[in-house]
Order: sequence, then structure tokens, then C-alpha cells
Amino acid sequence: MATTAALPARTTGTSVRPRQRRKVRWNTVGTAVTTVIILLWCLAPFYWMLVLSFRDSAYTFSTDLWFSHVTFDNFRYAFNTNYNPFAQSLLNSLVIGTVVTALSMVIGVFAAYALARLTFRGKGIVLAAILGASMFPGVAILTPLFQLFSSWHWLGTYQALALPQISFSLPLAVYTLTSFFAAMPWNLEEAARVDGATPGQAFRLVILPLAAPALFTTSILVFLASWNEYLLSSVLSNGATAVAPSTVAIANFTAGPHIVPYTQTMAAGLVVTIPLIVVVLLLQHRIVSGLTAGGIKG
Amino acid sequence: MTPAGQVEHRVVKKPNGGRRRSKARRGATNPGEARLAYALITPTLLMLALIVGYPIIKAVYQSFLTDPGLDQASGLFTAGDAWFGLHNYTHWLLQQCATSNGGYTACPSGTPGSQFWESVGVTVGFTVVACTLETVIGMVFALMMHRAFRGRAMVRVSILIPWAIPTAVTSKLWQVMFDPQGCINKILGTHYAWTSSLWPARCAIVIADTWKTTPFIALLILAGLQNIPEETYEAAKIDGANAWRRFTSVTLPLVKPALAVAVIFRALDTLRMYDLPKILTGGANGTTTSSILVVDQLTRGVNSASALSTITFVFIFVIAFGLVRLFNTNILGAQTKAVR
Repeated sequence: MATTAALPARTTGTSVRPRQRRKVRWNTVGTAVTTVIILLWCLAPFYWMLVLSFRDSAYTFSTDLWFSHVTFDNFRYAFNTNYNPFAQSLLNSLVIGTVVTALSMVIGVFAAYALARLTFRGKGIVLAAILGASMFPGVAILTPLFQLFSSWHWLGTYQALALPQISFSLPLAVYTLTSFFAAMPWNLEEAARVDGATPGQAFRLVILPLAAPALFTTSILVFLASWNEYLLSSVLSNGATAVAPSTVAIANFTAGPHIVPYTQTMAAGLVVTIPLIVVVLLLQHRIVSGLTAGGIKG
Repeated sequence: MTPAGQVEHRVVKKPNGGRRRSKARRGATNPGEARLAYALITPTLLMLALIVGYPIIKAVYQSFLTDPGLDQASGLFTAGDAWFGLHNYTHWLLQQCATSNGGYTACPSGTPGSQFWESVGVTVGFTVVACTLETVIGMVFALMMHRAFRGRAMVRVSILIPWAIPTAVTSKLWQVMFDPQGCINKILGTHYAWTSSLWPARCAIVIADTWKTTPFIALLILAGLQNIPEETYEAAKIDGANAWRRFTSVTLPLVKPALAVAVIFRALDTLRMYDLPKILTGGANGTTTSSILVVDQLTRGVNSASALSTITFVFIFVIAFGLVRLFNTNILGAQTKAVR
């Protein structure tokens, strides 16, 4: 975009040219400096996590900026089930995340279609209700759910961890999908309707295939949110490490009393983070459009 | 990005003009279509009623009941769940605890009751400071990413990395870096016990939060920036506006809707912040947020915890409502200008 802005300057009067050129060069330097600052800001702490997770724990506080005292012991320790329930917690996160995503998507996709496409009375109220639901602080539903689940002997079960997460994942799914749906070429659906298809058929045969990328992106965002959830999981797992997700396992990472297992925790943290980084690298554009679509709607 | 922008305009308008418009259009609305819409929306509303509506109503009801425990007046153990009126609320808001002779006195320090107002102050303080920092830095990031340059894709990817790391991991990462022997003290040449003294602990949380969520704000602002037509800048340039003038009179007003949404979202998220302070400092040293206080109270008494969570939720709701009202006029103003 900056190149298009620079182009007209070159074609205009010669008197403007030298001044314009000097300005462009100064901008380039500024851009380079800011880019480096942004990259350092975003990546330096992550890089430090990478370095520490491969560093011998005896050298935890060494300030070597490069990989030094490299070892894989931290990962071995993290996955050693005698010390930590970390391996189990990864599986738990996967199970909970999948259930939460599947439920939210299946229920949410219908609501999103109706909100984006159909006219009906009370649409504004429904939108407000769904947005309102996503704005409640987790603690507002946590207290009664804690008591309810405890009386049902549900604390420390998968259902106690998965169900409450729908309170924020379902609004997230509905909002992101609604904005994706609203931007789709609906005249194709109109055409199908004109050709005699029912709204249901038009949706299944025309719109759903077109919406596949949007559904995929939204699923990823919902899954990420579930993978990162901590408040509800930490309280409702109630110390049951057999069902606790990875965020809880990381927060409670131990190496026995009076030992701070920094490098081992960083190794575990890296394992939890790497899949997300891979997803972000591969689907960068989709995630950005999903985030802004869902976010800007507010 | 452009489709998302179109949607933004449409949907922001809906809550205001939507009902009137749908009434005017009611004749045109196909009753079958409306029936289908209600059928499609019912599962979502049922689910939310079950998982959000019911717990919140239950919490409000419970907040008027007693917790099981020793009855101070009679010295007997009571089962709880008796009508307690507003006493749970006065316990938190006025910090009144029961005494042995049946009266009430100021809660002794160290009990959750005495921490209420401090936790409110801490929560609001984090929100104001962190949101301001995140908005300013996010704006700089967004302006940078908006310009075409070599390596832009790399910046866009790396800006997503802090966002993608789970908060629990982020907290542990910053805990390592903020250790008294950690890299931050070594870089700064200081010897702060970052996570175990008052103001350093608070700063640590704000820094970690700012690092983690600035990318989110930057992305939302970037989406807003990309909706500004290039001609607007050309026109301003022809009119002789310098770069700063173009930023204040073109960029800022036009990006305001996106900016407002970003700020409201971040403010709501920071107001309910739990995992970052809980894991980084354990809520110690003046970093107990309202959410941490609720969880601390949970095992001591569900009904008084319900009162506290109700207060927290009303508090957040009032601030959210205020922010939406505050920005809404501006959003509409900016949009009518944009349409012209």
C-alpha cells in the first residue's frame, strides 16, 4: 500500500522528487527499526522459553542468550508420570476441547445461520442475549455450578469440565459464524430457492459447502479458547488430576517440595504451546479474519 | 478483511434500528422463514439458559442465604441456607463480620471480607493501566502492520504468537523471567523480588498482560485501518495535511469503531482477570483481583461467595454498559461520517 502512495510522487513534477525521495528513505529506516522492536517484543519471551526448556536445570539462571547446556531431560521429566500428571492432562485437554468444540459448533451453526440470513422478530434481543452471555465473568456462573456439581458428585469429571465451557465457546462460535455467514454470496442460495429448493435444502446443498472454510476456522478458534481455559477447569476439576486439562497441570507443575522446576515447566509449556504455534503459522490469514470478524462484532 | 468490515457496519446498527425496521418489514417477512429461524435459534438459547441463565439466577438467590457454620449468637452449628437478607452483601460492601455477641464489626484483616475493596481497586487499576498501555502499543503495532514492507508476513505471524500461548503458560514463563535471579533483573541490573513485593508484583502482572494481549488489540485496529479507503488519505494530503494531522483527523476518527470494540473487549477481559495473577503471584502482595477473591471464598461458604460473585458481575456489567454507552455515540458519529 505504501508503494502505491509513493508512485504518484515519481510521476509528478520534478521539483517534488528529491524531497519525496529523502522522506521515503527515512521512512524505510523507521519501519525497519519498528519492525525489529515489534519482533523482539513478541518473540523474545517465547525464545527464552524455548532456550530454557532445552537447558540443564542446573543452569536455569544462566544468561547465555544462545542454546547452552542443551539437554532433553526436561521433556523426559515432564512426561514422567511418576512426577507429574502432565501426559494425562494433554489427553484431557484434547478430549474436553473436542467435546466443547463439537457441541458449540453443532448448536451454534444453526443460530448463526438464522441470525445472518433470516428475518424474524426479536433478532436484536437474541443477539444481545448471546453477546451478554459471553460477557459474564466466569466467576458469576462458577459459584452455583461448583455447588450443583458437588451435590451431583460431578466435581472432577469430564462433564463438569466440558459443559460450563460452552457458556463462552457457544457465543464465540455464534458470533464468528454469523459474521462469516453474513459476508457469503447468498444470491447462490436465492438461486437455489428460485429453482425450488426449500430453505433447508438450500442451506445443506449450497451454503454449507461454501461455508466449510468458515466452519473450520471457527472450530479452530473455539478449540483454542477451550485449550487455554483455566478458571473453570482449575476449580471444577477440584484437584482431580485424572481429568484436569493441561493448563491446570502446568500451573501446578511440581518437582517435590522446595524445588522450583523452572526448566521442566518451560518444557511442558512448550509442548502445550507448539501445536498452537503450528496452527497459527499454517492458518495465519484465516485466524486473523476469524478473530477480527468475531471481535469487531463485539 | 473487507467482508468483516461490511458486517461490522451492518450489525452495529442492528440493536438500535433493528426492531423498528423489522416491524416495518413484518408484512414482507415470510411466516415460514420466521418459524425456521426460531427453530434454529432455540437450541442455542436453551443451552445458554441452562449453562448461564440458570446458574446466575441461582447465585443471586443463594446470595440471600446463610452459609453453614457456627451461629455466633447461640454458639450452635447451623446447617445454613436460612434466609439472611442483605447480610452477605453488607459483609462484602461494608466489610462487616459477625461478632461473638451477635453484633457486627469491621472484618479483621486477613479475612476475605477485609480484602473486598482492595481487590476492587486492584482490578480497576489493572484494567485502566493495562488497557491504556495495550491500546497505545496496539495502535503502533497496527499502524506498522498496515504499511506494506518486506517482512510484513513475518511480523503478522510473530504478533500472533503471544496471543496463541495459553495464559497459564504465559504466567509460568513470566514467573521464570521475573524470578529474583531471572533474566529481567539481570537485564535491568536490579534485584527486585518481582513476584513477592507489592508494586513490583503489580507491575509484573501488567507487563505480562500487556505482552500477551497487545496483539489482539493490534489485530482489531488493523482490521479497522484496512477499511479506511486510500482516497481519504490522498484527499487529506492534497489539502495539505501533514502526517500527524492525517493521523488525528483521518485515521483516529475512522478507526474509532474498531478501537472502541477492542477497548471494551479488553476492559471486560481484564476486569474478570483470574489466571495470570493467580499463577504468577498466587494473588499475594496486593494482586488479588475480584475473581481470585471469589474463588478463595468458594470453599469457605458458597452463599457468601455467591453474593461476592453477584457483586462482581453487576460491577462488570455496569462498567461494560457505561463503556458501550460512552463509545456508542462516537461509533455512530464516526459511521455517519464514514458513510458520507
